Amino acid sequence: MNGKRSLLHDFTKGFIEENATFRMVIGMCPTLAITTSVVNGFWMGVAVIFVLTVSNVLVSALRKQTPDEIRIPVFVILIAAPVVIVELVMKAYMPAMYATMGVFVPLIVVNCIIIARSEAFAYRNPVLNSLMDGLGIGGGYTINLVVIGGIREFLGTGQIVFGSRAFPAKPFFEPAAVMLTPPGGFVTLGLLMTILNIVIQRSEQKKAAREAAATAHD
Amino acid sequence: MGEKLLITSSPHLKGPNSVRGIMLEVIFSLVPASIAAVVLFGFHALLVLLASVASAVASEAIFQKAVKREVTVGDFSAVITGMLLALSLPPGVPLFVPVIGSAFAIMIAKQIFGGLGTNFVNPALAGRAFVMAAWTMHMTADWISPFAFDAASGATPLGLLKETGQAPGLSIADLLIGNRLGSMGETCIAALLLGGAYLIVRGIIDWRIPAGFLGILFVGTWIFGKSGAYFQGDGLTAILLGGAVLGGFFMATDYVTSPVTAKGRLYMGMGAGFVTLLIRLWGSYPEGVTYGILLMNLATPLIDRFVVPKYYGYMHDVALRKKARAGGR
Repeated sequence: MNGKRSLLHDFTKGFIEENATFRMVIGMCPTLAITTSVVNGFWMGVAVIFVLTVSNVLVSALRKQTPDEIRIPVFVILIAAPVVIVELVMKAYMPAMYATMGVFVPLIVVNCIIIARSEAFAYRNPVLNSLMDGLGIGGGYTINLVVIGGIREFLGTGQIVFGSRAFPAKPFFEPAAVMLTPPGGFVTLGLLMTILNIVIQRSEQKKAAREAAATAHD
Repeated sequence: MGEKLLITSSPHLKGPNSVRGIMLEVIFSLVPASIAAVVLFGFHALLVLLASVASAVASEAIFQKAVKREVTVGDFSAVITGMLLALSLPPGVPLFVPVIGSAFAIMIAKQIFGGLGTNFVNPALAGRAFVMAAWTMHMTADWISPFAFDAASGATPLGLLKETGQAPGLSIADLLIGNRLGSMGETCIAALLLGGAYLIVRGIIDWRIPAGFLGILFVGTWIFGKSGAYFQGDGLTAILLGGAVLGGFFMATDYVTSPVTAKGRLYMGMGAGFVTLLIRLWGSYPEGVTYGILLMNLATPLIDRFVVPKYYGYMHDVALRKKARAGGR
């Protein structure tokens, strides 16, 4: 196996192939709870990237010293450290964002994505690969949260707000409040999952057809 | 040779009913209520009705084209969904509400789950629940006074009942013609009963569902309806107000989302009535028909699983088994 290529693949697989939300369907609690706006989704994603990368690196670095029987408690401690860092930094520098996210910041510690990557990837792979895996899965997750947050914010409030700017300046339709509630979150999630599945299926079918055509030529 | 004997699995006898035929009968039974809605609430009610039906049919056709399924708008089931949704809306809603509500009902609640026969809740009610949560302001305020065709700012009788604990004094005649604030198709009880009776007589729907539904609502309101005293509530007004008659006869009886056995249907109707009663008397909404029926739609597979009719000869089998056991000892 080519080491360099596998590093790149460890990064890119987090976006589509092993997309946390839509393919592995883990980390759903924050996905549904805080994605009522783009900004919330973005900062949650950034927090997860940081925690996931740090915990992956730590778990991977200590994988040979960690006894198999108590690996889960060890993971939890290694995950809790970056979560506390994120929590304190957010509290100090972004008090407003910390207030909206509330309990979901400390809850990152039990986010399935993080413990799943520790167990399924970082515990069995070298440090550099684990680093790329953390960045890739976290990056894919951030994109998911931003997209879901954007759709829900736009349909639910009529605009998308970044800082002090809003697009469009005035809603041009009557916003549907339901999109900001959990049912709206589930509907958005389900539809996006459907669309992604269709896209992946089509591309696989095309690939299979191309391969069949190639073998037929031979 | 070989063509003489046709081997198929049961059923071998086929009746004259078809999906399309049954749907047409249901549409026919909804005509009185639709006419009543337009007569009571004016031209805008007609627009809401047309927009809802058009959107439902268009959504079905577009979705089925898009996913390359057979386009089945010819079975008229989408028309019924559109009509039922429109009849459950306040008459003064802006037209985007029925359009989006019907599109949600058909695409999300029905077609995504495989289309007619595989949807797990009544599409029209799912659409109504969606627009209710999305545009609550319109859904709870856009009333029109009957015969005056003016926007009315008051609360519906059920809303008043919830706020003040006092039902407004409406005569039975007013309730029967529908001379009160309310959703388009729910107020004119006479038209609804006409349509419902037609469906029962023609054998399209089972009387047990509306009977269980309205029965539990009647008895429950009679027992608990008056705060501070039992057995003094006004059960008759309770079933004539709100969407109970519309829901009980036309929505809870949807074939796809109601149980298949006679007993199961009775239980389903009673369950829907019970949930409606809970919401009306102790919940925060004035009306609970939508949620009562939706919840029992979800419980339908469970009912079908546990309410199994005894097969022919069951008692004989039980007697045999008893005998065998006694003999063994």
